[in-house]
Amino acid sequence: MAAYLLRRIGMAALVMFVALSVNFAIPRLMPGDPVEQQLAAVSAAGGQTGNMAEAAAAMRARLGLDRPLAVQYLAFLANSVRFDLGVSVASYPQPVAEIVLAGLPWTIGLLGTATLLSFVVGSLLGAMLAWPRAPKLLKFLALPVVVLSAVPYFILGIVLMALLGILWPVLPVAGGYPFGMVPNADFATALGIAKHAVLPGLSIMLASLGTWAVAMRGMVVGVLGEDYIMLAEAKGLSERRIFLAYGVRNALLPQFTQLALKLGLLVSGAILVEVIFAYPGIGYRLYVAIGQKDVFVVQGIVLLLSLSIALAMLLLDLIYPLIDPRVAARNA
Amino acid sequence: MLAFGLVLLLMLGLLAALAPLIVDPALAAIGAAPPRRPPSAAHWLGSDTQGRDVLASLLAATPRTLEIGLLAGLIGLAIGGALGLIAGWFRGPADAIIRTICDVMMTVPAIAVLVLVGTSVRTMTVGLMALVVALLSWMVPARAIRAQVLSLRERPWIDVARLNGMSGPRIILAELLPNLAPYLAASFVIAVSTAMLATIGLEALGLGPQNELTLGMMIYWAQYSGAILRGMWWWWVPPVVALTLIFIGLLAVSLGMDRLVNARLRSDA
Repeated sequence: MAAYLLRRIGMAALVMFVALSVNFAIPRLMPGDPVEQQLAAVSAAGGQTGNMAEAAAAMRARLGLDRPLAVQYLAFLANSVRFDLGVSVASYPQPVAEIVLAGLPWTIGLLGTATLLSFVVGSLLGAMLAWPRAPKLLKFLALPVVVLSAVPYFILGIVLMALLGILWPVLPVAGGYPFGMVPNADFATALGIAKHAVLPGLSIMLASLGTWAVAMRGMVVGVLGEDYIMLAEAKGLSERRIFLAYGVRNALLPQFTQLALKLGLLVSGAILVEVIFAYPGIGYRLYVAIGQKDVFVVQGIVLLLSLSIALAMLLLDLIYPLIDPRVAARNA
Repeated sequence: MLAFGLVLLLMLGLLAALAPLIVDPALAAIGAAPPRRPPSAAHWLGSDTQGRDVLASLLAATPRTLEIGLLAGLIGLAIGGALGLIAGWFRGPADAIIRTICDVMMTVPAIAVLVLVGTSVRTMTVGLMALVVALLSWMVPARAIRAQVLSLRERPWIDVARLNGMSGPRIILAELLPNLAPYLAASFVIAVSTAMLATIGLEALGLGPQNELTLGMMIYWAQYSGAILRGMWWWWVPPVVALTLIFIGLLAVSLGMDRLVNARLRSDA
């Protein structure tokens, strides 16, 4: 067991280390000098006069780019561990960590709810599809759900926005809360926030239902062929009991693995849905930062995306032996 | 299922290939048509804010998008297939190293690396984009091929070949690869879908090839100019429909392949 834990923790550490290194290396490997690019942009806007070489040197020193690469790398690692991600260039001198943390609750709220809902509804639908006595109507429902799962989230978002936001304007199409509202801890605020989350949430749900349903259906069909189902039938248990307590319960296990993975991908999962609906989460902030060439904010958010997945994987690995004793036994 | 998907994708490709017969490709240039016009007799799908004819843009963008997907899928399959073969055939330390790299790469989110690269290069091109996307989509093919090779190498006919004095590389080429063909094809479809999804995501974030027209860039420009909110449906509906058809085609092909490759699915369907 200890070896299992150690291996898992080691793997997570390796992933985080690679993610950090990639984050450090890619901007430096690319052709072009970030300092010159930035100065060019500033002077093009008419803001820069005087000695450009001096300005460039000063900027390099401030960013630490004049030090040896190894020193830069160590400093970068140390800063990242302390979650010191530098300051935003576009909205100087706001710390990057502050921008990232401001977006996090929105993303986790929207995507967490949507992911959990689609997990429950999709798994239920998949289980029903595998049930021999399910109504015929359900089979017809399966096709559109599967087709929707092939389409990227944000394309569904665009269509939903046009249908329910513009053509038949029943729901707000942009932002996280009503424009100009001062957020209070009251019912009106909660309602406003919920209303704004419906369309982005719905596009994520509709696009991911199919994946859950197909996986669940496959699992239930497999489980229903097991010997212990036959034993339960021989014991004379009711069909409903066999299906729910023997079939669905055992089929759910791999679904939970997927759920944990999806929760890890949460932050990066629907960046574009946030962009389409101007939802104030991490994804939208990333989009804005890309537009403003705000390098440090982009780096900070990218780092967060990588770390959240590594962390979710680790948590899953740590919890899994508790859900499925076979894993612990195999690794003992 | 397989035939339906292939026909759908072929029709899209054919339509794009025959584009010059339908509409003058030069109309896809900026300023070639009066801007912001709804569909009319002269411009069947209207024009966007930059004065591009939407139909001409659509027909120019579709093959580019397919090209990126196919190119990235091919590179991804080549890398993944080669690594999978090596890992499965030689096992031991080579397998351990390749598997670890695979696991690590699968955990580092592709979109994060793509965004970093996209913001770091000065100009994105179709070729560079395909390469970057491919470097992030070889892991699934590598795993699938490795698993197949592990099982295939234990089959009797491989033993016969070895006893006949065939060399390792020749066994891989003459005995292993033909039997891997269906799995390679299935992995290719998955690699193309993954690559296409990643490309379009990157383009919609505004990190795509700025000077070239692809379906993702069309959606980016439409979204950037608020086409949806301004009710300019003729601008954003065509690329959305084209992309949806492409993804449905890929889904159908991949489901059909699954049925071909996995005998178990065939019997229960």
